[in-house]
Amino acid sequence: SGSAMAERLSVLLPTYNERDNLPLVVWLLVRTFRHSGIDFEIIIIDDGSPDGTQEVAKELEKIYGSDKIVSWVVISVLLSSGTAYIHGMKHATGNFIVIMDADLSHHVSLCFMYGGFILKQKEGNFDIVSGTRYRGNGGVYGWDLKRKLISRGANFLTQVLLRPGASDLTGSFRLYRKEVLQKLMEKCVSKGYVFQMEMIVRARQLGFTIGEVPISFVDRVYGESKLGGNEIVSFLKGLLTLFATT
Amino acid sequence: MTKLGQWLCGLALLGSAWAALALAPPGLQPPAPLRQALLPLPIYLLVAFGCYSLATVGYRLATFNDCEEAAAELQEHIKAARADLRRRGLRL
Repeated sequence: SGSAMAERLSVLLPTYNERDNLPLVVWLLVRTFRHSGIDFEIIIIDDGSPDGTQEVAKELEKIYGSDKIVSWVVISVLLSSGTAYIHGMKHATGNFIVIMDADLSHHVSLCFMYGGFILKQKEGNFDIVSGTRYRGNGGVYGWDLKRKLISRGANFLTQVLLRPGASDLTGSFRLYRKEVLQKLMEKCVSKGYVFQMEMIVRARQLGFTIGEVPISFVDRVYGESKLGGNEIVSFLKGLLTLFATT
Repeated sequence: MTKLGQWLCGLALLGSAWAALALAPPGLQPPAPLRQALLPLPIYLLVAFGCYSLATVGYRLATFNDCEEAAAELQEHIKAARADLRRRGLRL
């Protein structure tokens, strides 16, 4: 119904040492896009991984075609999400950009890209659709009580201080209109968790509309890399900075 | 205005209203019962907010979804993906 808008989704996958997970993520994405008939491309931005991630990316490019899989290597000592997205976007030909993690934590079921992100975007003509672990049937697998408490506590503090109008600010599974992401990249300067938070806060400032869709976060590495005191301190610093400057 | 700015303005407004009423000189004081309620009001509000915070975080913690299905589905996905990728020639 209405005008048929030509839609192409570019998925940006920043990677570091993901030679095992990368083919699986790509396979899942290709499957869900083909199932829903969505035009897509997957852009892999590798931070000079020493484990052979780039070789795997090149093989995937051969298997699926280089119009579908594009891989770039960025050799950088301090590659942050922001830098990876900037590089990725230079080569993105889609009009929507999906950012996500390449470690299989962002669960992509068969219909998720269409039934989740795209339908939601169309529903409200949103500039951004943010995946949330805290609403609807969104959630997490593999976290103990302590981790969940820290997550909910930090999120509560964020809601009180920033009143951001989005329930999950530190999530990194989102859909952006390409122009919106470009605009935000110019403005956002933080790193890590805080970068994701800053994107949403700046988006609100600039008057962009944000929709939400529940996502499942399957954490298979939590046992190996517990949330450290350092991360909590830098999160608080970042939160207070955003509180004082936005 | 930044969020910090908003908070400071709000606190300044409420603070001065409270101070004007609760700490007024004898000639301009509101009636005694009102003053008695007004004086500890900031503490009460702080405690009330503290209770609200604990209750809210506690509730959200208790209702934090565990994605059992997604985790199980992921295992299936991984098996299928590995098999298919091997077929297509990827060395895993």
